[in-house]
Amino acid sequence: MKIPSLPNHEETQLSQKEMLNRAAPNKYKIEDLKAEEMILNIGPQHPSTHGVLRLEVVTDGEIVVEVVPHIGYLHRCFEKHAESLSYPQILPYTDRMDYLSSMNNNFAFVMGVERMLGIEGTLPKRVEYIRVLVSELNRIASHMIALGTYGLDIGAFTPFLWTFRDREHIMNLLEWLSGSRMLYNYIWVGGLFYDLPVGFEERCQEFVDYFRPKMDELNKLITDNEIFVKRTANVGVLPLDTAVNYGCSGSMLRASGLKWDLRRVDGYSVYPELEFDIPVGKGEMGTIGDCWDRFKVRVDEVEESLKIIEQCLQRLTTDHKRTPLFDPREFCPPKARPKAQELYVRAENPRGELGFYFVADGRSDKPFRCKTRGPSFSNLSVISEISRGIFLADLVAIIGSIDIVLGEVDR
Amino acid sequence: MNFEAIKELIDQHFPGAIKDSQADVLQPWLYIGREDLQQVAIFLRDHGPLSFDYLSLLSGVDLGKEKDELEVVYHLYSLLYEHGIVLRTRTSKSELEAIPTVSHIWKAADWHEREAYDMLGIPFEGHPDLRRILMPEDWEGFPLRKDYTSAESYHNIKIDY
Repeated sequence: MKIPSLPNHEETQLSQKEMLNRAAPNKYKIEDLKAEEMILNIGPQHPSTHGVLRLEVVTDGEIVVEVVPHIGYLHRCFEKHAESLSYPQILPYTDRMDYLSSMNNNFAFVMGVERMLGIEGTLPKRVEYIRVLVSELNRIASHMIALGTYGLDIGAFTPFLWTFRDREHIMNLLEWLSGSRMLYNYIWVGGLFYDLPVGFEERCQEFVDYFRPKMDELNKLITDNEIFVKRTANVGVLPLDTAVNYGCSGSMLRASGLKWDLRRVDGYSVYPELEFDIPVGKGEMGTIGDCWDRFKVRVDEVEESLKIIEQCLQRLTTDHKRTPLFDPREFCPPKARPKAQELYVRAENPRGELGFYFVADGRSDKPFRCKTRGPSFSNLSVISEISRGIFLADLVAIIGSIDIVLGEVDR
Repeated sequence: MNFEAIKELIDQHFPGAIKDSQADVLQPWLYIGREDLQQVAIFLRDHGPLSFDYLSLLSGVDLGKEKDELEVVYHLYSLLYEHGIVLRTRTSKSELEAIPTVSHIWKAADWHEREAYDMLGIPFEGHPDLRRILMPEDWEGFPLRKDYTSAESYHNIKIDY
Protein backbone atom coordinates (compact mmCIF):
# COMPACT_ATOMS: atom_id res chain seq x y z
CA MET A 1 0.00 0.00 0.00
CA LYS A 2 1.30 3.43 -0.90
CA ILE A 3 0.70 6.44 1.22
CA PRO A 4 -2.54 8.25 0.26
CA SER A 5 -1.65 11.38 -1.63
CA LEU A 6 -2.37 14.68 0.03
CA PRO A 7 -4.20 17.48 -1.77
CA ASN A 8 -1.95 19.65 -3.90
CA HIS A 9 -1.45 23.09 -2.45
CA GLU A 10 -2.18 24.84 -5.76
CA GLU A 11 -5.55 23.16 -6.03
CA THR A 12 -6.53 24.07 -2.50
CA GLN A 13 -5.87 27.79 -2.91
CA LEU A 14 -9.32 29.07 -2.15
CA SER A 15 -10.43 32.65 -2.05
CA GLN A 16 -11.22 34.18 1.29
CA LYS A 17 -14.95 33.97 0.64
CA GLU A 18 -14.84 30.37 -0.47
CA MET A 19 -12.89 29.50 2.60
CA LEU A 20 -15.44 31.05 4.93
CA ASN A 21 -18.24 29.23 3.17
CA ARG A 22 -16.46 25.91 3.21
CA ALA A 23 -18.36 23.38 5.28
CA ALA A 24 -16.51 21.59 8.06
CA PRO A 25 -14.88 18.38 6.85
CA ASN A 26 -16.94 15.35 7.73
CA LYS A 27 -16.46 11.62 7.50
CA TYR A 28 -19.97 10.99 6.22
CA LYS A 29 -21.44 12.56 3.12
CA ILE A 30 -25.10 13.40 2.65
CA GLU A 31 -25.27 11.08 -0.38
CA ASP A 32 -24.28 8.08 1.77
CA LEU A 33 -27.10 8.50 4.27
CA LYS A 34 -30.44 6.73 4.29
CA ALA A 35 -33.57 8.77 3.64
CA GLU A 36 -34.43 9.45 7.29
CA GLU A 37 -30.92 10.19 8.45
CA MET A 38 -29.23 13.53 8.80
CA ILE A 39 -25.86 14.83 9.92
CA LEU A 40 -25.81 17.05 12.97
CA ASN A 41 -22.69 18.92 13.97
CA ILE A 42 -22.17 19.49 17.69
CA GLY A 43 -19.31 21.81 18.56
CA PRO A 44 -16.49 22.81 18.46
CA GLN A 45 -17.90 25.73 20.43
CA HIS A 46 -20.73 23.95 22.17
CA PRO A 47 -20.78 24.17 25.98
CA SER A 48 -21.56 20.50 26.49
CA THR A 49 -18.49 19.37 24.57
CA HIS A 50 -16.21 20.66 27.35
CA GLY A 51 -13.89 22.65 25.18
CA VAL A 52 -13.27 22.38 21.48
CA LEU A 53 -14.47 18.92 20.60
CA ARG A 54 -16.55 18.57 17.46
CA LEU A 55 -18.93 15.66 17.14
CA GLU A 56 -20.35 14.68 13.80
CA VAL A 57 -23.56 12.91 14.69
CA VAL A 58 -25.59 10.90 12.21
CA THR A 59 -29.11 10.94 13.56
CA ASP A 60 -32.33 9.19 12.68
CA GLY A 61 -34.95 11.41 14.27
CA GLU A 62 -33.85 11.60 17.86
CA ILE A 63 -31.83 8.39 17.75
CA VAL A 64 -28.07 8.56 17.35
CA VAL A 65 -26.89 6.26 14.57
CA GLU A 66 -23.18 7.08 14.61
CA VAL A 67 -20.88 9.53 16.37
CA VAL A 68 -17.58 10.62 14.86
CA PRO A 69 -15.42 12.78 17.11
CA HIS A 70 -13.21 15.34 15.36
CA ILE A 71 -10.35 16.55 17.50
CA GLY A 72 -7.24 18.66 17.03
CA TYR A 73 -8.71 22.13 17.49
CA LEU A 74 -6.44 22.70 20.47
CA HIS A 75 -3.33 21.06 19.04
CA ARG A 76 -0.29 22.96 20.28
CA CYS A 77 2.50 20.67 19.04
CA PHE A 78 3.65 19.55 22.47
CA GLU A 79 5.71 16.68 21.07
CA LYS A 80 7.40 18.87 18.49
CA HIS A 81 8.18 21.53 21.09
CA ALA A 82 9.55 18.88 23.43
CA GLU A 83 12.11 17.81 20.84
CA SER A 84 13.75 21.23 20.90
CA LEU A 85 13.71 21.93 24.64
CA SER A 86 15.70 20.52 27.52
CA TYR A 87 13.89 18.39 30.08
CA PRO A 88 13.35 21.06 32.77
CA GLN A 89 12.14 23.44 30.07
CA ILE A 90 9.46 21.01 28.93
CA LEU A 91 7.94 20.98 32.39
CA PRO A 92 5.80 24.14 31.95
CA TYR A 93 4.42 22.67 28.73
CA THR A 94 3.17 19.61 30.57
CA ASP A 95 1.17 21.98 32.80
CA ARG A 96 -0.79 23.02 29.77
CA MET A 97 -1.78 19.54 28.63
CA ASP A 98 -4.33 18.59 31.23
CA TYR A 99 -4.70 22.09 32.59
CA LEU A 100 -7.07 21.01 35.36
CA SER A 101 -4.49 18.77 37.00
CA SER A 102 -1.14 20.37 36.31
CA MET A 103 0.50 19.00 39.43
CA ASN A 104 -0.21 15.45 38.38
CA ASN A 105 1.22 16.10 34.92
CA ASN A 106 4.36 17.57 36.46
CA PHE A 107 4.62 14.58 38.75
CA ALA A 108 4.42 12.03 35.96
CA PHE A 109 6.91 13.85 33.75
CA VAL A 110 9.39 14.45 36.55
CA MET A 111 9.15 10.82 37.58
CA GLY A 112 10.13 9.74 34.08
CA VAL A 113 13.13 12.06 33.90
CA GLU A 114 14.28 11.04 37.36
CA ARG A 115 14.03 7.37 36.48
CA MET A 116 16.15 7.97 33.40
CA LEU A 117 18.72 9.89 35.43
CA GLY A 118 18.72 7.15 38.05
CA ILE A 119 17.87 9.39 40.99
CA GLU A 120 14.40 8.02 41.61
CA GLY A 121 13.94 6.92 45.20
CA THR A 122 16.99 8.81 46.46
CA LEU A 123 15.16 12.04 47.20
CA PRO A 124 14.25 13.13 50.74
CA LYS A 125 10.97 11.71 51.99
CA ARG A 126 9.68 15.22 52.68
CA VAL A 127 9.93 16.05 48.98
CA GLU A 128 7.97 12.93 48.06
CA TYR A 129 5.26 13.57 50.64
CA ILE A 130 4.83 17.15 49.50
CA ARG A 131 4.54 15.92 45.93
CA VAL A 132 1.84 13.45 46.85
CA LEU A 133 0.06 16.04 48.98
CA VAL A 134 -0.17 18.63 46.22
CA SER A 135 -1.08 16.02 43.59
CA GLU A 136 -3.97 14.81 45.68
CA LEU A 137 -5.13 18.37 46.34
CA ASN A 138 -5.09 18.92 42.60
CA ARG A 139 -6.93 15.66 42.04
CA ILE A 140 -9.76 16.89 44.25
CA ALA A 141 -9.85 20.23 42.42
CA SER A 142 -9.99 18.40 39.09
CA HIS A 143 -12.75 16.05 40.25
CA MET A 144 -14.74 19.01 41.58
CA ILE A 145 -14.83 20.42 38.07
CA ALA A 146 -15.79 17.04 36.62
CA LEU A 147 -18.64 16.62 39.11
CA GLY A 148 -19.89 20.20 38.92
CA THR A 149 -19.90 20.52 35.15
CA TYR A 150 -21.52 17.12 34.83
CA GLY A 151 -24.46 18.43 36.82
CA LEU A 152 -24.50 21.42 34.50
CA ASP A 153 -24.64 19.13 31.46
CA ILE A 154 -27.61 17.27 32.86
CA GLY A 155 -29.40 20.50 33.76
CA ALA A 156 -28.61 21.12 37.42
CA PHE A 157 -27.00 24.48 38.00
CA THR A 158 -26.48 24.52 41.78
CA PRO A 159 -23.87 21.73 42.11
CA PHE A 160 -21.69 23.61 39.65
CA LEU A 161 -21.64 26.67 41.90
CA TRP A 162 -21.10 24.61 45.02
CA THR A 163 -18.17 22.64 43.65
CA PHE A 164 -16.54 25.77 42.28
CA ARG A 165 -16.91 27.45 45.66
CA ASP A 166 -15.03 24.55 47.31
CA ARG A 167 -12.48 24.28 44.54
CA GLU A 168 -11.63 27.91 45.10
CA HIS A 169 -10.13 27.01 48.49
CA ILE A 170 -7.78 24.53 46.84
CA MET A 171 -6.86 27.09 44.20
CA ASN A 172 -6.00 29.56 46.96
CA LEU A 173 -3.86 26.98 48.76
CA LEU A 174 -1.96 26.08 45.63
CA GLU A 175 -1.56 29.71 44.67
CA TRP A 176 -0.03 30.37 48.04
CA LEU A 177 2.29 27.45 47.41
CA SER A 178 3.45 28.12 43.88
CA GLY A 179 2.31 31.61 42.94
CA SER A 180 -0.03 30.41 40.24
CA ARG A 181 -3.65 29.34 40.25
CA MET A 182 -3.72 26.70 37.57
CA LEU A 183 -0.37 26.15 35.85
CA TYR A 184 1.97 25.55 38.73
CA ASN A 185 5.34 24.29 37.45
CA TYR A 186 5.93 23.40 41.09
CA ILE A 187 7.36 19.87 41.02
CA TRP A 188 10.85 20.06 39.57
CA VAL A 189 13.25 17.43 38.33
CA GLY A 190 15.01 16.31 41.49
CA GLY A 191 12.99 18.37 43.92
CA LEU A 192 10.48 21.11 44.31
CA PHE A 193 10.26 24.76 43.42
CA TYR A 194 9.96 25.72 47.06
CA ASP A 195 9.22 24.24 50.45
CA LEU A 196 5.68 24.51 51.82
CA PRO A 197 4.95 28.03 53.08
CA VAL A 198 4.91 28.38 56.87
CA GLY A 199 1.46 27.53 58.14
CA PHE A 200 0.42 25.58 55.04
CA GLU A 201 -0.09 22.31 56.89
CA GLU A 202 -2.52 23.91 59.36
CA ARG A 203 -4.48 25.68 56.65
CA CYS A 204 -4.64 22.45 54.67
CA GLN A 205 -6.00 20.57 57.69
CA GLU A 206 -8.60 23.31 58.13
CA PHE A 207 -9.60 22.82 54.53
CA VAL A 208 -10.01 19.06 54.98
CA ASP A 209 -12.21 19.61 58.04
CA TYR A 210 -14.28 22.14 56.16
CA PHE A 211 -14.55 20.04 53.03
CA ARG A 212 -15.70 16.66 54.43
CA PRO A 213 -19.26 17.77 55.32
CA LYS A 214 -19.52 19.60 52.00
CA MET A 215 -19.17 16.28 50.17
CA ASP A 216 -22.14 14.90 52.11
CA GLU A 217 -24.15 17.94 51.09
CA LEU A 218 -23.13 17.40 47.49
CA ASN A 219 -24.16 13.76 47.64
CA LYS A 220 -27.57 14.72 48.95
CA LEU A 221 -27.92 17.39 46.31
CA ILE A 222 -26.95 15.46 43.21
CA THR A 223 -25.57 11.93 43.61
CA ASP A 224 -28.75 10.51 45.15
CA ASN A 225 -31.05 12.92 43.40
CA GLU A 226 -33.83 11.00 41.68
CA ILE A 227 -33.87 13.14 38.55
CA PHE A 228 -30.11 12.85 38.25
CA VAL A 229 -30.23 9.07 38.68
CA LYS A 230 -32.93 8.79 36.03
CA ARG A 231 -30.80 10.75 33.58
CA THR A 232 -27.61 8.78 34.18
CA ALA A 233 -28.34 5.24 35.39
CA ASN A 234 -28.31 2.63 32.60
CA VAL A 235 -27.07 5.26 30.15
CA GLY A 236 -23.84 4.82 28.22
CA VAL A 237 -23.02 1.42 29.67
CA LEU A 238 -19.38 0.57 29.04
CA PRO A 239 -18.68 -3.16 29.43
CA LEU A 240 -15.32 -4.06 30.94
CA ASP A 241 -13.91 -5.89 27.92
CA THR A 242 -14.70 -2.94 25.66
CA ALA A 243 -13.10 -0.55 28.13
CA VAL A 244 -9.91 -2.62 28.25
CA ASN A 245 -9.78 -3.09 24.50
CA TYR A 246 -10.14 0.63 23.87
CA GLY A 247 -7.42 1.44 26.38
CA CYS A 248 -9.68 3.27 28.81
CA SER A 249 -8.12 4.02 32.16
CA GLY A 250 -8.73 5.81 35.41
CA SER A 251 -12.25 6.26 36.65
CA MET A 252 -13.65 5.06 33.31
CA LEU A 253 -12.04 1.67 33.79
CA ARG A 254 -12.80 1.48 37.49
CA ALA A 255 -16.45 2.33 36.93
CA SER A 256 -16.64 -0.69 34.63
CA GLY A 257 -15.77 -2.84 37.61
CA LEU A 258 -12.00 -3.38 37.51
CA LYS A 259 -9.99 -2.51 40.60
CA TRP A 260 -7.12 -0.89 38.76
CA ASP A 261 -5.16 2.02 40.09
CA LEU A 262 -1.57 2.70 39.10
CA ARG A 263 -0.90 4.26 42.48
CA ARG A 264 -1.39 0.76 43.86
CA VAL A 265 -0.22 -1.35 40.92
CA ASP A 266 3.05 0.47 40.28
CA GLY A 267 3.30 1.86 43.79
CA TYR A 268 5.35 4.84 42.74
CA SER A 269 6.62 7.54 45.09
CA VAL A 270 5.37 7.07 48.68
CA TYR A 271 1.97 5.66 47.76
CA PRO A 272 2.82 2.18 49.15
CA GLU A 273 3.18 3.79 52.60
CA LEU A 274 -0.27 5.36 52.45
CA GLU A 275 -3.59 3.76 53.08
CA PHE A 276 -6.46 4.29 50.70
CA ASP A 277 -9.13 2.26 48.97
CA ILE A 278 -9.83 1.97 45.28
CA PRO A 279 -13.49 2.64 44.55
CA VAL A 280 -15.05 0.65 41.73
CA GLY A 281 -18.39 0.82 39.97
CA LYS A 282 -20.95 -1.51 41.53
CA GLY A 283 -24.00 -0.74 39.46
CA GLU A 284 -25.98 0.40 42.50
CA MET A 285 -28.49 2.39 40.47
CA GLY A 286 -28.42 0.49 37.21
CA THR A 287 -25.81 -1.46 35.31
CA ILE A 288 -22.10 -1.64 36.08
CA GLY A 289 -20.26 0.87 33.92
CA ASP A 290 -23.07 3.35 33.32
CA CYS A 291 -22.78 7.11 33.62
CA TRP A 292 -23.94 7.13 37.23
CA ASP A 293 -21.18 4.68 38.19
CA ARG A 294 -18.56 6.88 36.60
CA PHE A 295 -19.91 9.83 38.57
CA LYS A 296 -20.02 7.84 41.80
CA VAL A 297 -16.46 6.56 41.39
CA ARG A 298 -15.24 10.16 41.16
CA VAL A 299 -17.20 11.13 44.26
CA ASP A 300 -15.63 8.23 46.16
CA GLU A 301 -12.16 9.08 44.88
CA VAL A 302 -12.45 12.52 46.41
CA GLU A 303 -12.98 10.83 49.78
CA GLU A 304 -9.92 8.66 49.24
CA SER A 305 -7.84 11.67 48.27
CA LEU A 306 -8.88 13.39 51.48
CA LYS A 307 -7.64 10.35 53.41
CA ILE A 308 -4.29 10.51 51.62
CA ILE A 309 -3.98 14.23 52.30
CA GLU A 310 -4.59 13.73 56.01
CA GLN A 311 -1.94 11.02 56.19
CA CYS A 312 0.54 13.19 54.30
CA LEU A 313 -0.13 16.11 56.63
CA GLN A 314 0.35 13.86 59.61
CA ARG A 315 3.77 12.69 58.34
CA LEU A 316 4.78 16.17 57.24
CA THR A 317 4.23 17.52 60.74
CA THR A 318 5.87 14.64 62.62
CA ASP A 319 8.46 12.40 60.93
CA HIS A 320 9.40 14.66 58.07
CA LYS A 321 8.71 18.05 59.50
CA ARG A 322 10.08 21.35 58.37
CA THR A 323 13.71 21.99 59.30
CA PRO A 324 15.72 25.14 58.65
CA LEU A 325 18.28 23.14 56.70
CA PHE A 326 15.82 21.52 54.33
CA ASP A 327 16.45 22.63 50.77
CA PRO A 328 13.91 21.33 48.25
CA ARG A 329 16.27 22.11 45.36
CA GLU A 330 19.26 20.37 46.89
CA PHE A 331 19.11 17.39 44.55
CA CYS A 332 17.99 19.20 41.42
CA PRO A 333 20.57 18.20 38.83
CA PRO A 334 22.26 21.24 37.26
CA LYS A 335 22.07 19.48 33.93
CA ALA A 336 19.58 16.76 33.09
CA ARG A 337 21.31 14.60 30.50
CA PRO A 338 20.17 10.98 30.68
CA LYS A 339 22.13 8.16 29.09
CA ALA A 340 20.96 6.79 25.76
CA GLN A 341 17.82 4.84 26.63
CA GLU A 342 14.09 4.61 26.20
CA LEU A 343 11.47 4.65 28.86
CA TYR A 344 7.71 4.50 29.08
CA VAL A 345 6.58 5.97 32.36
CA ARG A 346 3.02 6.11 33.57
CA ALA A 347 1.17 7.60 36.48
CA GLU A 348 -2.39 7.80 37.70
CA ASN A 349 -3.89 11.15 36.80
CA PRO A 350 -7.40 12.24 37.74
CA ARG A 351 -8.45 11.13 34.27
CA GLY A 352 -6.46 7.95 34.02
CA GLU A 353 -3.10 6.65 32.90
CA LEU A 354 -0.87 9.51 31.81
CA GLY A 355 2.16 8.10 30.02
CA PHE A 356 5.32 9.55 28.56
CA TYR A 357 7.50 7.63 26.17
CA PHE A 358 10.99 9.12 26.17
CA VAL A 359 13.73 8.32 23.73
CA ALA A 360 17.02 9.83 24.88
CA ASP A 361 20.04 9.69 22.60
CA GLY A 362 22.59 10.41 25.33
CA ARG A 363 24.25 13.21 23.40
CA SER A 364 21.96 16.11 24.19
CA ASP A 365 19.84 17.53 26.98
CA LYS A 366 16.77 17.31 24.80
CA PRO A 367 14.62 14.23 24.30
CA PHE A 368 14.94 12.65 20.88
CA ARG A 369 11.26 11.78 21.06
CA CYS A 370 8.70 12.51 23.76
CA LYS A 371 5.42 10.85 22.94
CA THR A 372 2.55 11.43 25.32
CA ARG A 373 -0.35 9.20 26.10
CA GLY A 374 -3.15 11.40 27.28
CA PRO A 375 -5.74 9.44 29.25
CA SER A 376 -8.61 11.46 27.77
CA PHE A 377 -7.40 10.59 24.27
CA SER A 378 -8.06 6.88 24.75
CA ASN A 379 -11.12 7.47 26.91
CA LEU A 380 -12.72 9.64 24.25
CA SER A 381 -12.13 7.14 21.45
CA VAL A 382 -14.68 4.78 23.00
CA ILE A 383 -17.53 7.27 22.59
CA SER A 384 -18.70 6.09 19.18
CA GLU A 385 -18.86 2.53 20.51
CA ILE A 386 -21.13 3.31 23.48
CA SER A 387 -23.29 5.94 21.80
CA ARG A 388 -24.97 3.88 19.09
CA GLY A 389 -28.74 3.77 19.28
CA ILE A 390 -29.17 6.15 22.18
CA PHE A 391 -31.18 9.36 22.39
CA LEU A 392 -29.45 12.58 21.46
CA ALA A 393 -30.01 14.00 24.95
CA ASP A 394 -28.14 11.04 26.44
CA LEU A 395 -25.15 11.77 24.24
CA VAL A 396 -24.52 14.91 26.30
CA ALA A 397 -24.70 12.81 29.46
CA ILE A 398 -22.11 10.40 28.04
CA ILE A 399 -19.64 13.10 26.97
CA GLY A 400 -19.85 14.64 30.42
CA SER A 401 -19.30 11.32 32.15
CA ILE A 402 -16.11 10.63 30.19
CA ASP A 403 -14.67 13.83 31.68
CA ILE A 404 -12.40 14.91 28.88
CA VAL A 405 -9.96 17.78 28.88
CA LEU A 406 -9.30 18.76 25.31
CA GLY A 407 -5.94 20.26 26.14
CA GLU A 408 -4.77 16.75 26.75
CA VAL A 409 -6.61 15.03 23.91
CA ASP A 410 -5.02 17.40 21.38
CA ARG A 411 -1.80 18.16 23.25
CA MET B 1 5.88 -14.14 32.97
CA ASN B 2 9.31 -12.65 32.47
CA PHE B 3 10.84 -11.37 29.28
CA GLU B 4 12.98 -14.42 28.46
CA ALA B 5 10.01 -16.77 28.76
CA ILE B 6 7.85 -14.57 26.54
CA LYS B 7 10.62 -14.38 23.97
CA GLU B 8 11.09 -18.13 23.97
CA LEU B 9 7.38 -18.70 23.58
CA ILE B 10 7.16 -16.40 20.57
CA ASP B 11 10.25 -18.00 19.07
CA GLN B 12 8.63 -21.41 19.44
CA HIS B 13 5.39 -20.46 17.73
CA PHE B 14 6.78 -18.07 15.14
CA PRO B 15 10.35 -19.07 14.28
CA GLY B 16 12.22 -16.18 12.72
CA ALA B 17 9.68 -13.53 13.66
CA ILE B 18 11.99 -11.93 16.22
CA LYS B 19 14.61 -10.04 14.26
CA ASP B 20 16.31 -8.48 17.24
CA SER B 21 15.84 -8.01 20.96
CA GLN B 22 17.41 -6.43 23.99
CA ALA B 23 16.94 -7.62 27.55
CA ASP B 24 19.43 -5.60 29.61
CA VAL B 25 17.51 -2.33 29.48
CA LEU B 26 14.81 -0.85 31.72
CA GLN B 27 12.04 -2.08 29.47
CA PRO B 28 13.15 -5.04 27.31
CA TRP B 29 11.97 -5.00 23.72
CA LEU B 30 11.46 -7.32 20.77
CA TYR B 31 11.87 -6.30 17.17
CA ILE B 32 9.23 -8.11 15.14
CA GLY B 33 9.29 -8.18 11.36
CA ARG B 34 6.46 -6.36 9.61
CA GLU B 35 5.08 -9.49 7.95
CA ASP B 36 4.69 -11.40 11.25
CA LEU B 37 3.43 -8.53 13.34
CA GLN B 38 -0.28 -9.26 13.18
CA GLN B 39 0.04 -12.97 13.99
CA VAL B 40 2.36 -12.25 16.90
CA ALA B 41 0.01 -9.55 18.18
CA ILE B 42 -3.00 -11.87 18.10
CA PHE B 43 -0.95 -14.57 19.82
CA LEU B 44 0.18 -12.15 22.53
CA ARG B 45 -3.39 -11.13 23.22
CA ASP B 46 -5.09 -14.50 23.09
CA HIS B 47 -2.50 -16.96 24.44
CA GLY B 48 -3.61 -17.80 28.00
CA PRO B 49 -0.46 -17.23 30.08
CA LEU B 50 0.39 -14.05 28.18
CA SER B 51 -2.96 -12.28 27.65
CA PHE B 52 -1.64 -8.84 26.77
CA ASP B 53 -5.08 -7.29 26.74
CA TYR B 54 -4.10 -3.64 27.09
CA LEU B 55 -2.25 -1.51 24.56
CA SER B 56 -0.88 1.34 26.64
CA LEU B 57 0.74 3.27 23.86
CA LEU B 58 1.57 3.08 20.20
CA SER B 59 4.13 5.61 19.08
CA GLY B 60 5.79 6.44 15.82
CA VAL B 61 9.44 7.49 15.90
CA ASP B 62 11.59 9.02 13.21
CA LEU B 63 15.04 7.55 13.73
CA GLY B 64 16.89 10.62 12.50
CA LYS B 65 17.92 12.46 9.37
CA GLU B 66 20.84 10.20 8.55
CA LYS B 67 18.80 6.99 8.86
CA ASP B 68 16.18 6.02 6.34
CA GLU B 69 13.88 4.44 8.88
CA LEU B 70 10.65 5.02 10.73
CA GLU B 71 9.78 2.98 13.76
CA VAL B 72 6.54 2.03 15.45
CA VAL B 73 6.74 1.08 19.12
CA TYR B 74 3.99 -0.83 20.92
CA HIS B 75 3.80 -0.80 24.71
CA LEU B 76 1.67 -3.73 25.77
CA TYR B 77 0.47 -4.62 29.21
CA SER B 78 -1.53 -7.41 30.76
CA LEU B 79 -4.05 -6.22 33.32
CA LEU B 80 -4.52 -9.82 34.41
CA TYR B 81 -0.91 -10.82 35.12
CA GLU B 82 0.56 -7.33 35.45
CA HIS B 83 3.44 -7.84 33.07
CA GLY B 84 4.43 -5.75 30.10
CA ILE B 85 6.44 -5.92 26.92
CA VAL B 86 7.63 -3.58 24.19
CA LEU B 87 7.36 -4.50 20.53
CA ARG B 88 8.85 -2.54 17.71
CA THR B 89 8.80 -2.72 13.98
CA ARG B 90 10.24 -0.62 11.22
CA THR B 91 9.62 0.66 7.73
CA SER B 92 11.85 2.68 5.45
CA LYS B 93 11.24 6.35 4.75
CA SER B 94 11.91 6.09 1.02
CA GLU B 95 9.89 2.93 0.32
CA LEU B 96 7.18 3.43 2.96
CA GLU B 97 5.96 -0.16 2.96
CA ALA B 98 2.78 -0.26 4.99
CA ILE B 99 2.84 -1.67 8.50
CA PRO B 100 -0.07 -4.03 9.20
CA THR B 101 -2.62 -2.48 11.49
CA VAL B 102 -3.38 -3.82 14.96
CA SER B 103 -6.49 -1.69 15.36
CA HIS B 104 -8.77 -4.74 15.08
CA ILE B 105 -6.79 -6.48 17.83
CA TRP B 106 -6.68 -3.57 20.26
CA LYS B 107 -9.19 -0.87 19.40
CA ALA B 108 -6.97 1.56 21.31
CA ALA B 109 -4.58 1.40 18.37
CA ASP B 110 -7.15 2.99 16.06
CA TRP B 111 -6.56 6.59 17.08
CA HIS B 112 -2.90 6.06 17.91
CA GLU B 113 -2.23 4.74 14.41
CA ARG B 114 -4.06 7.69 12.95
CA GLU B 115 -1.82 9.93 15.01
CA ALA B 116 1.33 8.14 13.86
CA TYR B 117 0.16 8.55 10.27
CA ASP B 118 -0.71 12.19 10.87
CA MET B 119 2.57 13.12 12.52
CA LEU B 120 5.07 10.89 10.73
CA GLY B 121 3.30 9.66 7.62
CA ILE B 122 3.53 5.99 8.53
CA PRO B 123 0.98 4.04 6.46
CA PHE B 124 -0.97 1.29 8.22
CA GLU B 125 -2.41 -1.41 6.03
CA GLY B 126 -5.95 -2.49 6.82
CA HIS B 127 -6.76 0.44 9.07
CA PRO B 128 -10.50 1.19 8.73
CA ASP B 129 -10.26 4.96 8.70
CA LEU B 130 -6.76 6.34 8.15
CA ARG B 131 -7.34 10.09 8.19
CA ARG B 132 -5.37 12.87 9.82
CA ILE B 133 -6.46 13.27 13.40
CA LEU B 134 -4.79 16.30 14.98
CA MET B 135 -3.66 18.37 11.99
CA PRO B 136 -6.09 19.88 9.46
CA GLU B 137 -6.97 17.39 6.73
CA ASP B 138 -5.20 19.42 4.00
CA TRP B 139 -1.99 20.06 5.90
CA GLU B 140 1.17 19.42 3.91
CA GLY B 141 3.96 17.28 5.23
CA PHE B 142 4.40 15.33 8.43
CA PRO B 143 5.43 17.55 11.35
CA LEU B 144 7.31 15.08 13.52
CA ARG B 145 9.65 13.97 10.75
CA LYS B 146 13.14 15.14 11.59
CA ASP B 147 13.55 16.75 8.16
CA TYR B 148 10.28 18.67 8.34
CA THR B 149 10.46 22.34 7.47
CA SER B 150 7.85 24.55 9.07
CA ALA B 151 5.08 25.78 6.81
CA GLU B 152 5.16 29.48 5.98
CA SER B 153 1.47 29.90 5.34
CA TYR B 154 -1.76 28.01 5.58
CA HIS B 155 -4.59 28.94 3.20
CA ASN B 156 -2.94 32.27 2.38
CA ILE B 157 -2.66 33.07 6.07
CA LYS B 158 0.93 33.79 7.05
CA ILE B 159 2.15 31.83 10.06
CA ASP B 160 4.27 33.89 12.42
CA TYR B 161 6.61 32.02 14.69
